[in-house]
Amino acid sequence: MQEVSLRNVGHSIPKIDGLSIAMGKPAYTEDLAMPQALVLKILRSPHAFAKIISIDTSKAELVEGVECILTYKDVPKERFTLAGQSYPEPSPYDRLILENVVRYVGDEVAIIAAVDEKTALKAMKLINVEYEVLEPVLDFEKAIGHPSVVHFEEDLTCNFDIGLHKEQNIVSSHEQAVGDVEKVLKDCEFIVEDVYYPQAQAHAMMETYRSFTYQDHMGRLVVVSSTQVPFHIKRQLARALQIPAAKIRVIKPRIGGGFGGKQTGAGDVFAALVTLRTGKPAMIIYDRQETFSCTTSRHAMRIKVRLGADADGFIRAIDLEVLSDTGAYGEHASTVLSCVGEYTLPLYNKTKAVRIRGNAVYTNKMPAGAFRGYGATQGTFALESAVNKLAERLAIDPTEIRLKNISQKGETFLTGHGVQLGSTALDRCIKKGREMVGWKEKFPRQTMSGAKIRGVGMAITMQGSGIANIGTASAEIRLTDDGNFALLIGATDMGTGCDTILSQMAAEVLEVPLDKIYVSAGDTDTSPFDPGSYASSTTYLAGTAVIKAAEELKGKILAQGAKFLGVSKEDVIFEELSVRRIGGEGEISLAKIAEQTILGMGNLQLAAMATHGSQISPPPYVAGFAEVEVDVETGKVDLIDYVAVVDCGTMINPNLARIQAEGGIVQGIGMALFEEVRYSNLGKMETNTFMQYKIPCRQDVGNVRIAFEESYEPSGPFGAKSIGEVVANTPSPAIVNAVYNAVGVQVHHLPVTPEKVFLEMLKQQ
Amino acid sequence: MQIELIVNDKSVTWDIEKDEFLADTLRAHGFLSVKKACDTSCCGLCTVWMDGKPVLSCSILSMRAHGKKITTIEGVAQAAEEFAHILTAEGAEQCGFCSPGFIMNVLAMKNELDNPTEDEIIHYLTGNLCRCTGYMGQLRAVKTYLGVA
Ligand code: FES
Ligand code: FES
Repeated sequence: MQEVSLRNVGHSIPKIDGLSIAMGKPAYTEDLAMPQALVLKILRSPHAFAKIISIDTSKAELVEGVECILTYKDVPKERFTLAGQSYPEPSPYDRLILENVVRYVGDEVAIIAAVDEKTALKAMKLINVEYEVLEPVLDFEKAIGHPSVVHFEEDLTCNFDIGLHKEQNIVSSHEQAVGDVEKVLKDCEFIVEDVYYPQAQAHAMMETYRSFTYQDHMGRLVVVSSTQVPFHIKRQLARALQIPAAKIRVIKPRIGGGFGGKQTGAGDVFAALVTLRTGKPAMIIYDRQETFSCTTSRHAMRIKVRLGADADGFIRAIDLEVLSDTGAYGEHASTVLSCVGEYTLPLYNKTKAVRIRGNAVYTNKMPAGAFRGYGATQGTFALESAVNKLAERLAIDPTEIRLKNISQKGETFLTGHGVQLGSTALDRCIKKGREMVGWKEKFPRQTMSGAKIRGVGMAITMQGSGIANIGTASAEIRLTDDGNFALLIGATDMGTGCDTILSQMAAEVLEVPLDKIYVSAGDTDTSPFDPGSYASSTTYLAGTAVIKAAEELKGKILAQGAKFLGVSKEDVIFEELSVRRIGGEGEISLAKIAEQTILGMGNLQLAAMATHGSQISPPPYVAGFAEVEVDVETGKVDLIDYVAVVDCGTMINPNLARIQAEGGIVQGIGMALFEEVRYSNLGKMETNTFMQYKIPCRQDVGNVRIAFEESYEPSGPFGAKSIGEVVANTPSPAIVNAVYNAVGVQVHHLPVTPEKVFLEMLKQQ
Repeated sequence: MQIELIVNDKSVTWDIEKDEFLADTLRAHGFLSVKKACDTSCCGLCTVWMDGKPVLSCSILSMRAHGKKITTIEGVAQAAEEFAHILTAEGAEQCGFCSPGFIMNVLAMKNELDNPTEDEIIHYLTGNLCRCTGYMGQLRAVKTYLGVA
């Protein structure tokens, strides 16, 4: 544990940008756009699958105020992916900016750029498109071997083998096995088998997707984008537009939420194309309907689970078989698929064999993409539901079966290549959670007055912290001429507060007050490289990069101060913003050092830069407990209480960690109880407004209570791990389990709607 | 057409289109605190006051604001900041996109309700969606602000 007392780290410091954004200061993409920017609208396909036979834009182009209309004839012929991933991306290059084939309702057909929205919409109506409608693939369970092939084009490529078989509509196949699962299962006394269907979920961030582009004084393309991944957007645009990356600058201002959605490109490429064609500033803002139906969602999946346990209640085999619906394009298809096992199988390590296999398939629906939890959410729902079932079969308390089987500190797990677990407080999380929720008194159910029954249920989960051996982050810190520090980072704060917590870490190491540090982030011209905020990377990787840079800079300041004082580096310390001689006369202030190094004859601006990547991705943990009340007359489920106990290592900023946890839990509650992306039988999305797609409002969430059980992760900055994603995973299995414990209805298809519960109860009678 | 109205205590005369909505008109005139997050009057982000009462500016035709007093967060900066400090002390502004509309409704509630219960607070604010925070931190901030338990 950390022994020295810390001044910045571990304190609930308000976010450095908090007051400004709360007060509505202009800081987001649209606020920064030039008023004369062209307004873009996209003509979208009304068909789930079709070829464009002809497209006539001549009438539309005559509308006064129309600047240009672009179709598939006007775009480069190089396929790319919108997935924001490190190069070489594991997502297939399966899109063109516009194509003469449309693969889902909402796929882009033409870009209209005009002086204002009204003009663009008027022109859109005058575009004539003739389609040859094809038979779409809508049911993902029938995609493999379907007579229709979603991607029949010859020029689709992958950077490496992800198991793509496009003629069978398979984007990616994955198999990982350790030990002989079938054999171990055969020897198990207890076997549980079940199938679960986590649904497609919409990110529904409050700020819809948007991008503003212009050419600067050197003719470079500047893209101001509401994105989580500015560096990836830059590379993506270079490929899609076939221009050198050096000609592109991407700036991420404040962004109004992402949740993984903004790890995939959206309108940037359209605005950029228009700016390149016209030389004029352009802006694209997706409306809410487009945001729901023309971007990405969480991957819907079918997950078959088989669990085997011995007579003593030890889980000996886990077998997962996954089918993942990636929709019309393969963004994040292979990686979300593999993460289903990556972030579930290591939970339990008394196993003798584990396996995950599966396919991600193309269908003619909106693409799926990255979404907070990234496969772990779906895998956790399936695995934890099965573990709850196993507990019942074994007549062991669900909390006890976990305590008996979870991986402990210093232990290895089958898929872990021998790496020992550096930190875990999951056992404490489980114990604390069951105490907080009143598990002993409430498990499994209590009959209330009227027709109400209450039940409790639980689940545990893990995630990673960054992507081992792939994710890297860089940070640079400069002592500025005014004696302050400029912290340059590529990490992209999307409300999560990373600009603040990274400053806290820098301030801690440099031993200066937080207000002496100012952050410049998320600009590909001035920030050092960072893949962006995803994969729960920022605290863990960027945090460590910041610490390394700060330590180096501090060394330089001490050395320089010592030099000015005419003593050796070992004879000085840093204290009260000055370099002082130990036990003797003489000190020089930071401001003076800055002045004398940078100005006048110093000729030496002190700065340090560091890059950090990790060979491991230490897991944060959550134990989640739900108490629900089911109305047996209607099947309605009310969430009464949700307790989540989190191990994210050291909390760098407890308040921000808590809010992350509360927000993630509520997003998970939405997934468990309300949210579902649904399509008509022609493949048109039916849930494209907040009227049809319900996200939790204040009245829906009952009481959400968060507690922390800190561990100390030796490889993390100040012992920290991640928190951003892990918090989204427990509500689905815990709530489903609570409903089961209340009324005996096991829901396999999320979300848990009153209809499903009611109909199942009827069947039981 | 032209409308005359008072925005944040200043009289203004604005040229507008007949089918323009107030949220867009306000943004076009530099009141960039006014955010929009839906097309269906569901999210509350666009909340401003009309004659002192909270309204959804995305669904009010600008011509209906003729002769009215409109207040945005810029017009009640001092009171808003008092609450915003409490909100940020909780960390309950994450992306912040929902915050201005939320704050306008919180201030309106303070004017309207005396010592509201937790249920009344939740009920009053339920139209203000937030996808980031999970609402609990906002509730803690509101209770601190109102001095209710
Ligand atoms: S913008 Fe959603 S209610 Fe006004
Ligand atoms: S803080 Fe992001 S929507 Fe509320």
